[in-house]
Amino acid sequence: MTAAADAPPTAALPKVRVDYLPMLLVPLLMLVALPLVGSVSTWVTLTVAALAMGMMIFLMASGLTLVFGLMDVLNFGHGVFISFGAYVSLIALGPLAGWVESDNLLLNIGVLLACILVAMLVTGGLGYAFERIVIRPVYGQHLKQILITMGGMIVAEQMIHVIWGASPIPLRLPEGLRGAIVIGDAAMEKYRVIAVVLGLTVFGIMHLVLNRTKIGLLIRAGVENAEMVEALGYRIRRLFVGVFVAGSALAGLGGVLWAFYRQTLTAGMGMEVNVLIFIVIIIGGLGSVGGCFIGALLVALVANYTGFLAPKLALGSSILLMVVILLWRPQGLYPVAKR
Amino acid sequence: MTDMLKLQGVHTHIGQYHILHGVDLAVPRGQLTMLLGRNGAGKTTTLRTIMGLWQASQGSVTFDGRDITKTPTPEIAQAGIAYVPENMGIFADLTVRENMILAARGGEIDAARLKWIFGLFPALEKFWSLAAGVLSGGQKQMLAIARAIVEPRELLLIDEPTKGLAPAIIMNMVQAFRELKSTGATILLVEQNFLAAKLLGDHVAVMDDGRVVHTGAMAELAEDTTLQQKLLGLSMDAHQ
Repeated sequence: MTAAADAPPTAALPKVRVDYLPMLLVPLLMLVALPLVGSVSTWVTLTVAALAMGMMIFLMASGLTLVFGLMDVLNFGHGVFISFGAYVSLIALGPLAGWVESDNLLLNIGVLLACILVAMLVTGGLGYAFERIVIRPVYGQHLKQILITMGGMIVAEQMIHVIWGASPIPLRLPEGLRGAIVIGDAAMEKYRVIAVVLGLTVFGIMHLVLNRTKIGLLIRAGVENAEMVEALGYRIRRLFVGVFVAGSALAGLGGVLWAFYRQTLTAGMGMEVNVLIFIVIIIGGLGSVGGCFIGALLVALVANYTGFLAPKLALGSSILLMVVILLWRPQGLYPVAKR
Repeated sequence: MTDMLKLQGVHTHIGQYHILHGVDLAVPRGQLTMLLGRNGAGKTTTLRTIMGLWQASQGSVTFDGRDITKTPTPEIAQAGIAYVPENMGIFADLTVRENMILAARGGEIDAARLKWIFGLFPALEKFWSLAAGVLSGGQKQMLAIARAIVEPRELLLIDEPTKGLAPAIIMNMVQAFRELKSTGATILLVEQNFLAAKLLGDHVAVMDDGRVVHTGAMAELAEDTTLQQKLLGLSMDAHQ
């Protein structure tokens, strides 16, 4: 072991730059909006609503960003899992109809969790089939991926029409989740508060899995350089399938929350939100879960504040935000290092 | 002396390009074999074909008596072949520690082995908790090699470890390889730096135009400047 003695003196310890700037954008945007909105109570209502919306968008988008980062797959059919997740929640709602109308908050939350569980199981299974049948034949071929996944989404939408009918289905929020919590003059819808809590919980779990487990380590390494992960002896294809299934299940979870938020089910709800999801993952940096989280919050906050302050601009606010972010950071807020 | 790795008549195509034109190569057990050749001779393609990253279209690759020509890359790695690519394949967003943990398929890094690795590459201990992306080129190369030896492997395939490194770091690297050799490791090393090759190689195989055109003892090639000129186009400058 003589090399140590001959080693040249090591350079000064390089500093790790933690990029806090994108994280600061969220509170900064909230603070900037406060004087513009004028009323604190209105600002609180708008902000909580935006955070809830942001969490739901994050849940729907987080799987897609990992799928793109790890598998280099452009899945334009991601909305399928959102729509299906929302619709299959009806399977749980049928037998638990009594819980929906119950005065017991625990039963109300129980029915929501049952819907989420069913949706995640079904969309996870659907994701497995989608990866094997639709995605696998077109690995590495982006143009074909776009065409076949869009085709897959159209087929799935028609399947929803066949199974549940073409008319929109109204969805009632469980009794205890209706209405608002009023603090002073500020009203916060109960369901939105629950959506924020659920979104934060899922983000926390994802953060722990990605940063504290071997699977997470493999996913992060695979996003950077899948070939090297294989050369280290790991079967990246299995990881691909696992991530695709998890991403689909998360989209299903997001679909349930989104459906209760809109209180209506439509077959096209996944496709409608698809554009927003792509904006979020582009803003966040393709493959970055943290970037996706911040991107989703920014998109939702900007949409809500703009909707209140300048309603005519609301429709294009997300696109405008994406343009500004990409002019500042062309690869998104947190670009993932690629080989 | 038995051969740990044997390539017989290996052809490799990348898309429409025919890169390897029947490579015959034997890597003896417990020895360091240098794979030399001009740019574009097919050295990197040979290593990638052995690892299964590019499939051989013809011929066979035998490792420890087992045909691995069509074996998927993860299985080849699990069989005991470690690979350090030319671009080092470091995961820049992961810490040095995480890079090492990933390479330790058993999950835990053996403490004594880690101490030995820190002895070879002290910088890694210093930068253990830092993101690998902030390391210098030489330190990244050290990490790439450390990752390959974090657990005992049957065979190490290393692609141009001294490329782009300062002379002092190259000598440090040479020293580390000597240390590795002394443990009885079997190594196939692609190298453009002839001085490093001279210092390290037991055997040599020289490639040209997708074929192995010369094999023999490294010491013989090191002494025969005419042969060097013929095979590698080297001038006397290469020896300084």
